Amino acid sequence: MNTIKPFLRLSGLEPLVVRPETNFVNIGERTNVTGSKKFARLIRDENYEEALSVARQQVEGGAQVIDVNMDDSLLDGKKAMVTYLNLLQAEPDIAKIPVMIDSSKFEIIEAGLKCVQGRCIVNSISMKEGVEKFVEHARVCQSFGAAVVVMAFDEKGQADTLERRIEVCERAYHILVDEVGYHPQDIIFDLNVFAIATGMVEHNNYGVDFIEATRIIKQKFPLVHISGGVSNLSFSFRGNETVREAMHSIFLLHAISAGMDMGIVNAGQLVVYDQIEPNLRQLCEDVILNKGNEDNEATDRLITFAETVKSAGKEIKKDDAWRRLSVAERLAHALVNGITDYIDDDTEEARQTLDKPLDVIEGPLMDGMNIVGDLFGAGKMFLPQVVKSARVMKKSVAYLTPFIEEEKKKNPIAGDSNVPKILMATVKGDVHDIGKNIVGVVLGCNGYDIVDMGVMVPTEKILETAIKEKVDVIGLSGLITPSLDEMVNVAAEMKKRNMNLPLMIGGATTSRMHTAVKIAPKYDNGVIHVIDASKSVGVVSQLLNPQLKSPFLEKIKEEYAVLKTNFENKKPVKNYLSYPEATQHPVAIDWNSFEPYVPALKEHKVFHEYSLEDIRAYIDWKPFFIAWELHGNFPQILTDSVVGVEVTKVYNDANALLDKIIEEKWVYAEGVIGFWKAKRTAPDTVTVDSNGTPVNLEFMRQQIKKAEGQPNLSLADFISPEKEDYIGAFAVTIKGIERHIERLNKENDDYNKIMLQALCDRFVEAFAELLHKKVRTEYWGYIQEETLDNDELIREKYQGIRPAPGYPACPEHTEKYKLFDLLNVEDTIGIELTESLAMYPAASVCGWYFSHPKSQYFGIGKIMEDQAKDYQKRKNWDDETAEKWLRPVLE
Amino acid sequence: MVMKTLQESLQERILIIDGAMGTMIQQYHLTEEDYRGDRFKDWEFPIKGNNDILSITQPQIIQAIHLKYLEAGADIIETNTFSGTTIAQGDYKMEALVYEINYSSAQNARKAIEEFYQKHPENTATKFVAGAIGPTNKTLSLSPDVNDPGFRAVTFDEVADAYYEQVHGLVEGGVDILLIETIFDTLNSKAAIYAVKKYFHDKNLKELPIMISGTITDASDRTLSGQTLEAFYISVMHANPLSVGLNCALGAAEMRPHIQELSQIASCYVSAYPNAGLPNAMGEYDETPHETAHFIEEWAKEGLVNIVGGCCGTTPDHIKHIADNVKNIQTRPLPILEESL
Repeated sequence: MNTIKPFLRLSGLEPLVVRPETNFVNIGERTNVTGSKKFARLIRDENYEEALSVARQQVEGGAQVIDVNMDDSLLDGKKAMVTYLNLLQAEPDIAKIPVMIDSSKFEIIEAGLKCVQGRCIVNSISMKEGVEKFVEHARVCQSFGAAVVVMAFDEKGQADTLERRIEVCERAYHILVDEVGYHPQDIIFDLNVFAIATGMVEHNNYGVDFIEATRIIKQKFPLVHISGGVSNLSFSFRGNETVREAMHSIFLLHAISAGMDMGIVNAGQLVVYDQIEPNLRQLCEDVILNKGNEDNEATDRLITFAETVKSAGKEIKKDDAWRRLSVAERLAHALVNGITDYIDDDTEEARQTLDKPLDVIEGPLMDGMNIVGDLFGAGKMFLPQVVKSARVMKKSVAYLTPFIEEEKKKNPIAGDSNVPKILMATVKGDVHDIGKNIVGVVLGCNGYDIVDMGVMVPTEKILETAIKEKVDVIGLSGLITPSLDEMVNVAAEMKKRNMNLPLMIGGATTSRMHTAVKIAPKYDNGVIHVIDASKSVGVVSQLLNPQLKSPFLEKIKEEYAVLKTNFENKKPVKNYLSYPEATQHPVAIDWNSFEPYVPALKEHKVFHEYSLEDIRAYIDWKPFFIAWELHGNFPQILTDSVVGVEVTKVYNDANALLDKIIEEKWVYAEGVIGFWKAKRTAPDTVTVDSNGTPVNLEFMRQQIKKAEGQPNLSLADFISPEKEDYIGAFAVTIKGIERHIERLNKENDDYNKIMLQALCDRFVEAFAELLHKKVRTEYWGYIQEETLDNDELIREKYQGIRPAPGYPACPEHTEKYKLFDLLNVEDTIGIELTESLAMYPAASVCGWYFSHPKSQYFGIGKIMEDQAKDYQKRKNWDDETAEKWLRPVLE
Repeated sequence: MVMKTLQESLQERILIIDGAMGTMIQQYHLTEEDYRGDRFKDWEFPIKGNNDILSITQPQIIQAIHLKYLEAGADIIETNTFSGTTIAQGDYKMEALVYEINYSSAQNARKAIEEFYQKHPENTATKFVAGAIGPTNKTLSLSPDVNDPGFRAVTFDEVADAYYEQVHGLVEGGVDILLIETIFDTLNSKAAIYAVKKYFHDKNLKELPIMISGTITDASDRTLSGQTLEAFYISVMHANPLSVGLNCALGAAEMRPHIQELSQIASCYVSAYPNAGLPNAMGEYDETPHETAHFIEEWAKEGLVNIVGGCCGTTPDHIKHIADNVKNIQTRPLPILEESL
């Protein structure tokens, strides 16, 4: 059975469990205005950024708990404590360790406790103002779960002898444990470290008394902890760090062996006992242990010796140990830890040592970013830290940019010859390329030469270009489901041609699983799924490194093989109904009491050059930011603590560009809508009347076993099988983008190119939303009044839906042909369908309109063989065609 | 018949906590008018989506849902008070109704249990009401203002006061347990613990048991406010809770390693009520009752849990499967608390 020991348990973002083998807990002391003049100045000047870096140095120097003290007569201590602790919480690399809230004013302690989620230590409470106050304070600390430092102090004063220390602590212990209900392990006694070697003989035994008191209290109460402010000890040697550090180390050695297990120390400045100069060590030992010091002889010897080492001074700051590493290691350290303090200097140093400024980016900076990417991918770093790393990277790149420009001017061709080339293409039948362009930019930023082949690129052309241009990696992108098959084709063709280039797969519908199961088996020389642009750099750099390439590909291959095996061995955990059974659970609609809505609009309506200004109000910004890999809800994301700044920047740029697009009429919005009489004529068939000709629209039905009373949905359920009902359809597009893309390409303005594409996508979606609203209230007119704001529109809080063929509710793409025929889309507004049923221009949307109040969006999920057969029959397809179009939805 | 106490029941077997309330309410397809009922028909703000108000305007629906969960085998039912604080009700300008929401919600749960007892004289298990205390929609550890990471939208005292009022309504309404749940910011939960302790101290009442349930949000294996699971547990230990556990955000499959860890470090009982899998592309939870129950049965067999149930997307059907599957499995023994190092 499980056992739990009475350890002191503390926490920041991470736990700190003080076990016997922990030996000694270092409490960082530099974030204390009473102990550090520098820190006090920073706080008084409200220079919090640097004040935080003091805390960071403590953590890096090995502090396991950080002591924060704001007791300064010139400060509003409570406000300073709250501000600093709140800021500290936003720094994961500091907030990971527990906080010791240190003040002689209890109101400051209480305010501090209200800012920290972790389990803190309170420093300190005591019986100085009597038992009543002591108990009251202890109860408050207890209600926040804090451990407490109890000063050996009572109504009579500070305990300064062995006996007094024991007496006071014993009394405090019993009050806390027996009366307040504290766990003994949550009590830390501060036994008062006093200055020795002051010249006053009565002070000479202070060190010994402390050590002895520690030993006795630990014997009496083995679970409690003993602490003290070590630097007090050497107060008389102020200014002589060599002697002070030696004294601290020697004192700690003895105190720890007596049972002291915590201390406020400058962790980075403790010398190792063995490394203290032997003469100094002996002198310190005599003073601390009060040997041969009856008339201050030992003290005098130490003072004399101290004079000799004083002038030597000390140069190296030990809490910056990483500063002594190689420049590459320093850059990596700065990236991983998000430290910008030295980045310009380090970047300059790296630039001096390397041939070209670009080498700094490709070498040490990329190495560092790879570590960041991997740690993030493994869940060992989380977003705020990664954002900080990116900031360091940016700062370094910004420093290098003028040098890179300079070099380009001097020698425009030299850089090109050895730069690795990456081919990027959106596969045949697909017109979507925003994601591909973002990856291109990111890789381009990292010094790679991008051969961008654009959209709808046939396999042949991709491979021929790859060979002709001698590219190093091929990257394929796609957004619609048929593109997945196209990627499989490319892989198979690469194998047939005995090619040896690695193949990267990316895009919204792609997945690691699909890549492992379907694409990787077709090609042996490296297939890698890349989840997003941020990951692409790490992948490419490994692929292009001759040493790393084959182990990397080997590793990926193994991972994918495991994925594939798991996939194939996966037992069908989901239960499915037979298709006939599924059709028995349609959406329950009482058609008898329902009167279908007759559309007000009798003919098709075509919209030419619809006002972009009107459309603009309907833009849903969330997907726009997702396109930039900025995830979050709009508008909250604008003020997001991590990405908000960047988001706001992008948002402002987007609106400026929108103004321009509208003002200068860069693009125009075209649309067409229509309605037809319709009837559900089979479980999943809706027959519409197109000028007297019946057209059957075929739908699919969810087949997964649902909880009791839940329907197996099909869009056909929303059309009446009895009365004369109606269905509608629409297609909208944004035209005219090409010449602007061409121009921006010429100007090398990727940022605005991606921006323009993303905005056109938003425009067309907004146009669809706007038209849908007009359909509801006007053209179909089944809702007379609708007062929804844009946010409610985005959350689709209205009656009726507009599902698109190829999307989850009706995932089969070829129904788009019927929609296009019914509305005569090609002739009226000029959208074309590719062989994969993607629409061109890429910023196009089409879909069906359903008006029934119960109509809703849903996903078909996977279907079974029996439904596929039925669907094939309804579509009058041969086996091959059925296989091609139904593969994505088949279980 | 002598009814067993909560402690006795927990020592004896794995207890079942109910499933999602929101998912069940959705199935009623309630309209704005339904939410308003007669009493709030002229309320000047839209209140559709304020599920907690249904405890007042549609008590029969809430009781019916409770009853379904009881019949599915739930031992503990959660009050319909996830957003029952002045902070969360601020969205609907219904701050003034907080006491009543909590009181009525507790009463609805009590009535459902009475009804269950009457309908099922054969039943021998005691049923308990847990007063659900949600995270509120403001966070104490994170700044909503990017330019000012030190800023906080709300203070500890404000959050504690809001919880205090909720606890007041829940306790007077007759809950047996206080359940601080879906904790994504530990400091909010510390304010809740603070409020609970203060309430019982002020009223000079015997404390009700506290259940604590955190939420691990993503692949970083941390809470939204950045803590590891162990750090989270250590931060709330002082509540001296009846149980500590996890709910929401993850399905049972993803929750497993965390529950295993918690079961090792927690000195109290361990609870777990995951979502019905992860949401699919459409944002729906589609893990079947059979699947969820299978995962939870595995935990039970390994002796990891004392209280199990479901969160988002789970239904009475899920709870029934879970209850059936863990029925004959031994509950996790409490660890031995050693007194020396």
